[in-house]
Formats: sequence, C-alpha cells, structure tokens
Amino acid sequence: MINLKVNGKAYQVDVDPSTPILWVIRDNLALNGTKFGCGVAQCGACMVHLNTNAIRSCVTPVSAADGKELVTIEGLDPKLSKPLQQAWIQEDVPQCGYCQSGQIMAAAILLRDNPNPTDGDIDGAMTGNICRCGTYQRIRKAIHVAAGLRKSGVK
Amino acid sequence: MNDSNNFSRRKFIQTGVAAGGGLLLSFYLPAFGKFKNTGMPAPASFVPNAFIRIGTDDIITVIVNHSEMGQGVYTSLPMIIADELEADWSKVRFEAAPVDPAYNHPGFGMQGTGGSTSTWVEWDRFRKAGATGKHMLVAAAAQTWNVDASNCKVEKGYVINTATNQKLSYGQLVEKAATLKAPEEVKLKDPKDFNFIGKPVKRLDTPEKIDGTGIFGLDIKLPGLLTAVIARPPVFGGKVIRFDAEKAKAIRGVKHVLQMDRGIAVVADGFWPAKLGRDALNIVWDDGDLATLDSKTQGLQYAELAKQPGAVANKQGDVAAAQGKAVKKLEAVYELPYLAHAPMEPLNCVADVKADSCEIWVGTQFQTVDMMAASRITGLNPSKIKLHTTLLGGGFGRRAVMDSHFVVEAVQVSNALKIPVKVVWTREDDIKGGYYRPRAYHKLSAGLDASGKPLYWQQNIVCQSFIVGTPFEPMMVQNGVDGLAVEGAANHPYEVPNMQVAWNMAPGGVPTLWWRSVGSSHTAFAVEGFIDELAKTAGKDPFEYRMMLLDKHPKYKRVLQLVAEKAGWKKPVTPGRGRGIAIHESFGSIVAQVAEVSITKNKTLKVHKVVCAIDCGPVVNPDTVKAQMEGCIVFGLTAALYGEITFEKGRVKQSNFHDYRMVRMNEMPRVEVHILDSQEKMGGVGEPGVPPVAPAVLNALFTLTGKRVRSLPLRPNDLKKKV
Repeated sequence: MINLKVNGKAYQVDVDPSTPILWVIRDNLALNGTKFGCGVAQCGACMVHLNTNAIRSCVTPVSAADGKELVTIEGLDPKLSKPLQQAWIQEDVPQCGYCQSGQIMAAAILLRDNPNPTDGDIDGAMTGNICRCGTYQRIRKAIHVAAGLRKSGVK
Repeated sequence: MNDSNNFSRRKFIQTGVAAGGGLLLSFYLPAFGKFKNTGMPAPASFVPNAFIRIGTDDIITVIVNHSEMGQGVYTSLPMIIADELEADWSKVRFEAAPVDPAYNHPGFGMQGTGGSTSTWVEWDRFRKAGATGKHMLVAAAAQTWNVDASNCKVEKGYVINTATNQKLSYGQLVEKAATLKAPEEVKLKDPKDFNFIGKPVKRLDTPEKIDGTGIFGLDIKLPGLLTAVIARPPVFGGKVIRFDAEKAKAIRGVKHVLQMDRGIAVVADGFWPAKLGRDALNIVWDDGDLATLDSKTQGLQYAELAKQPGAVANKQGDVAAAQGKAVKKLEAVYELPYLAHAPMEPLNCVADVKADSCEIWVGTQFQTVDMMAASRITGLNPSKIKLHTTLLGGGFGRRAVMDSHFVVEAVQVSNALKIPVKVVWTREDDIKGGYYRPRAYHKLSAGLDASGKPLYWQQNIVCQSFIVGTPFEPMMVQNGVDGLAVEGAANHPYEVPNMQVAWNMAPGGVPTLWWRSVGSSHTAFAVEGFIDELAKTAGKDPFEYRMMLLDKHPKYKRVLQLVAEKAGWKKPVTPGRGRGIAIHESFGSIVAQVAEVSITKNKTLKVHKVVCAIDCGPVVNPDTVKAQMEGCIVFGLTAALYGEITFEKGRVKQSNFHDYRMVRMNEMPRVEVHILDSQEKMGGVGEPGVPPVAPAVLNALFTLTGKRVRSLPLRPNDLKKKV
C-alpha cells in the first residue's frame, strides 16, 4: 500500500511501487488532466508538482510520492492557476490543448519562484514542454500577462 | 463570395422538437456522390439531423461535424451560425456531431476532417442553417404577437416587436418555432452586417483545455474498461511466427494476451501493467519483404528511378528544344525524408463491442471510414455502431487513415473479449508505427535565357503513393499521376515557356500518409529552393526575380509584396543575419514568408524571425488564421531542422522525442502574421503555412554560407561556409 496525498486528498493505492505516478493518477485515481506524451521525460505533458517541485510523472515511480504531497492541474492553487488561466484565455493559447496542463504546471512554478520572468527565464523554465501545435509564442506572451495579473492582484 | 452557389441544389429541411425540448433545426444537402463504389453508406434522401439546438434556457448548441484537433473549428463554425442567427455569443456552445450521413463533409461524401477544408466547405451550409433558424424564430414571434414578420427585428438572441418594443428571447420562442415549417429559401446577411465573422473571437474550447477537464480519447473511462498495449511487427509487413506470453501473463494486472491482425495485444487493468506485459512478451517475427530496408540504399534506388521518364503531370512547350537555346543551365537534386506526424496525444481508441452493439470513443478525422471498418469486423450493421468523436490531441493527417488501423485494433480486441478495451500507443509505437509523410526525391533542371528568365523547367519527382489502390484513387489519380505527389510542383506559378513535371512511383511497403500540407510539404522545398538558385544564377534579387516571373499571377504578387514590405526586404538585414523568402499556394490559400536567421557560436542555426503573409480569401476568425500560421511555422521548422525517419535492417531508427526532435520554446522565432484583405474565394488555413517555412529558412542560410542546402533535415555541415 502506498499513501498518497493528491490535491489535498488522501489516497491509499495498491500498485507496484515502481508504477509511474502518471499512471496511478490517471488509471487509479481517474484524474485525467495530467497527460501522457512520451513516457521518457522528454515532453512535459505529464508535469505535476511533488511537494514544491515540478516533476515528470511519467518517469517518477509512485514510491517517490509516498507520504508526500502531489498537485495536479485539477488541484493547482487558485493563486497560481487563476492568473495563468485568465492569461491563457486572453491570449487564446491552446490549439489541440493536449500539452497545456503540463505547460501551465511548468509556468506556475516559474511564476511562483520568479514573479517577473524575462524571455530568457521563460526559455529556461518552459523548454522542457513540447507543444506540437506550436503555441510557444502565445505561451510566452501569456506568461508575461499572467505575471502582470498576479501583480494587480487577480486571484 | 457567392452566397447562392451551393444552395442551388435541391435541399431538404426538417424541423422538430429536440429531445429535452427546444428547437431542433435539421437539414440535409446531398453530397457530391464521389464515393459511390467504396462500400460506404449512401446518404439517404431524407435524414433528420441537426446543426443547431436551441433550448428553452436560451442556450444555443452548435453541433459541429468536423473534428477539433487544434484548428479551431469548434469556434469558427459556431461563429458562422451565430452570426446569421443573430445569437448572443455568450449563449453559444459546441457539441461534436454523431456519425450520420447528414453530417457528411460536403466535398468528401463522408464524415471527415482534412484538407484544410472545414471552414470554407461549410461556409454556405452553416450560414444557411443560422439564417433558417433566425427566420423561424422571427415567424414564431410574429405569430405570437399577431404581426407581420416585417414588424420584427432580431438582436442578440431576442426578437423585438418594432411597433411595441416587446421582446421575446429565442428560448421563449423555441416551442412555437419547432411547430413551424422551415423556409425553402432564406436571405443571408450582407457581410457588412456581420457581428462575429471577420473579427477576432475567443475560442470556445479554451476553458476546458486549461483546467484538465477536456476529454481526449485517452481520457475515456468506462466501467470495467481494460487497457491494451500492442506489440506490432518491428519491420513493416512482418508477421508473428510464434510467441510466448508466459512472463507477460505473470505480471500483476495483466488479464489477457491475444494475437490479432496487427500483432499481439496485452490487455491489463491499466496502461502500466499492459506495457510491462508487452515488454515481457517473447515473440519470433517473420520480418517479411522489408527485412533489409535501408535508407541509404533506398536513396540510391530513388536516384535510379528519377532517371526514368515517369508519368507526366504537366507538360508545356518543348523542353528538349529549349535546352539548346539556354545561355545558362542548372541541375539540382532536392531530397526529403519520411516524417512522422507525432501528435502530442499518442494514438488510442476505446471500443466496447457487445453481441448486438458496438460503441467507439476516438479522436478521429475519418468517422465514416472508421464506423464502416468496425461494421466489417463485428458483422454489425452500421446503425448498431455508435462512434463518439472526442477532442483530438493533434491530428495533422495522422488520424485520417483509410485502413482505420488504430480503430480496428481496439474493435478487434474488444470483439474478441466482449469487454470494453482502450488501446494505447506509446510514443515509440507512434514514431516507429509508420503512416509517414513519404520520402521524396526531386531531380530538377532548368535553363535561363540571356535576360535570366527561365526557358525551361524539368522536374522529376520520386515518392510513394498512399492513394493508389485505395477508394480515393479514382478521385486523385489522373493519367497515372497521383495528384498528391506532384501538387505544388506540377502547378507552380512561375512563368516558364517550356515545362515538364513527371512522377515516378516509388515501391511501397512503408505505410505513408498525408502529413500536414501533404505533397506541398516536399514540393515547395524543391520549387522554392530551385527558383532561388535560378535567381542567384541570373544575378537577381530573390524577391524581384519571383515578382518578375509572377506577372500573370497578381494574387501571388500581392502576397509577396506584403511580406516583403512587412519584413523590410528592401532595408539592409541586421549584420550577421541572412534573410530568405518563399511563397507557395496550397489548399486554396497563398502564403509567403520571410525568415531571418544566423549561425550561433555553437554552430547551430538560429531562426530569429518569420514574417508571414496570407491570402486565404474572406476570414471567419482572424485570430485563428494567425494561430494556424504560427503553428504551421513551428511544424515546418521542426521538419526542416530535425525531422527524419530512417531505416536500418528494416527497422525504424528513431523512437521518441530525443531522436525525433521537436522545436521547443527556446528555439521559437518571433512570428508575425499579416492577413490580406481579400474578397476572393475562401481558402484553408490549417496547412498552407507549412510549405514555405523550410525554403525560406534555407534560402536565408544560403546568404550566410553561399552553400545551397538541398536535403532535409539540416546537417551540422550545412552551416559551414562554402570553401
């Protein structure tokens, strides 16, 4: 049995401890917002937060989350999610939308740690997230917009 | 835009009360009947179906018959209906259409999404649907007030009595409207009165794509659903000789292992055990005919084939005679590799086959074809098959397959077990799984006269066909030429008095498919690279040279002029940078791009900026047009810089994003999109931005190195200066 805390809720799951977190949250907990893109930590579609860090849930065994706190797109703190989501809508970022949960989870950590990111900071934080539709220019713009919204107190 | 051209044909309109109340407005336009002998169901004469559902709660649901794969049809098509309906946009919702002949693509004669057609092909039908709805709501209000319809006006979801200023919302009118007969003819709006069309409107599908609630195929959950991962032959055309599933079955969670047409399926209570189970299979394969396939050897075969005359796609004048008159002659070979589509959502399909029914959930571009495939496998009548179209996590052509293989797999496994099954492809399955953009080889020669103008142009193209031998062949193959293999080359716009473009079909075996921009994805690279070579040989500026040869094509010239102006073509380029230009027409739209590049200290290519101009005719949502151009540019740049599928001993060498690389945030150029104000015929926007990218970028690189890159993807050596 592995004890998980996901989005503030406690779960006990009976799976092989080497099972990646991604498949536990998708298949066992039915939290579908976190996506499968590559399975080898190349694309960032599976990004979630483990304690305070962004991780690739497709290569992180569930045993690594035992007793720790996981946050998925569904449970992202509104202080982080609201300005990002508002900016994503304002800039009409998504196309197919499949990678966007991961993009937002990566952007959330960036803005939490760096309220005024430069383009270079955005490159550094977001280069691990692939968008096959090519929405990068809008993601960049939306992150700047979200930074502004946070300063003006959007929650 | 001619409003009446598509509506001169006979049409059938029916109305009725929707389940749950409200107005259901249905109508049906016969398809063009191109697919008569394909085994697809013939559209019936009177089919009740619906594009609009208005509830008593004022909510207007537009039922969209084209798949949403990022191109924005869940917004652009509702915009067309909402405008004619005079709807309140905040009340507009979208819903994926079920599979029914009523929802057939008006040009394809079956339900499907592709060819950058969704918006222009539905333009007339959706306008008419909206206008018909408005007419009936007005009639219902007029009856209620006992006034003539001319005394009513519509505004933002209300009908207003112009004499009394009384108003009734659409929701209040639907019950009466549902009892009325639909008009045969309705007046469409004057485009100057459009509320939404032509203006940037925010996408309706953004909220569900940023909070994790949007449902893609991979997200489908059903009671008792099991997950299957399939071991497919490592060489295309291979077969299972024998297999041992003992270790796989010993893995906790693995429930079934079964052989099916395309390989061995491991079925488990989740993806992870299914994948571990597949990894544990011991399979002996017969590799078949392609066991020795090797990309280098294949390249030599293509070069040999290019020496054959080939099937003629376009012939004008007399190339042989013109060769004697040329002052300068050029020859060049352009080569492009196989490419995987690699949509972010790996392929998947959920099927639930029971004794007398089959239900499918899939992100597909080819609903009718998939439904017929399920019918063949299960033996069930198509009316017993229910296919739900989910969101598509990218399509790019990969989810429009004539053999429905990713649906067939799920239906076969579920049919065998009679339990609901989700087949999931891994990224490796996707990259190695075929259905690639065909490898292409272009052998070109041209001669210039004393003024530098081309006297002749000869082009011999070698590539596979994915059309020959399919139901699409009668439509798309003419005089032995697959139109999709030569599009963009056989019909290039440059003025050349003597021209011959021919095609030699390369041997099959490797499954190939339409890949975003199809033939133009390779022909534009050859044509726009070679025309740049001619300009250089003629000693002319690449922009001026193109303009000179486009005198008979004012539309092209307008686009070229706009892009040159916006990119500051006449101004000196930033020191250390090179600038390149390219223009290409595909899917009814002309796109020109100027790329600005430099070579970094680390000897990599940096694309700083791409300026893009498009003439796609009248625009429904300009922001969507811009988004599609931005996306096309990233897609084309990814192919130019990194895209390559190669074979060694019959096996695909690439496997995942580390060796089938994608352009990422840090490589994203600044993209600027300019849309021409145009009232010509509406064109597509999902694909036409892809073809000019590679030639624009490599023409720019040429100005830095003096070396022409004629083979994609870019190699480190290509960045070294010519010595």
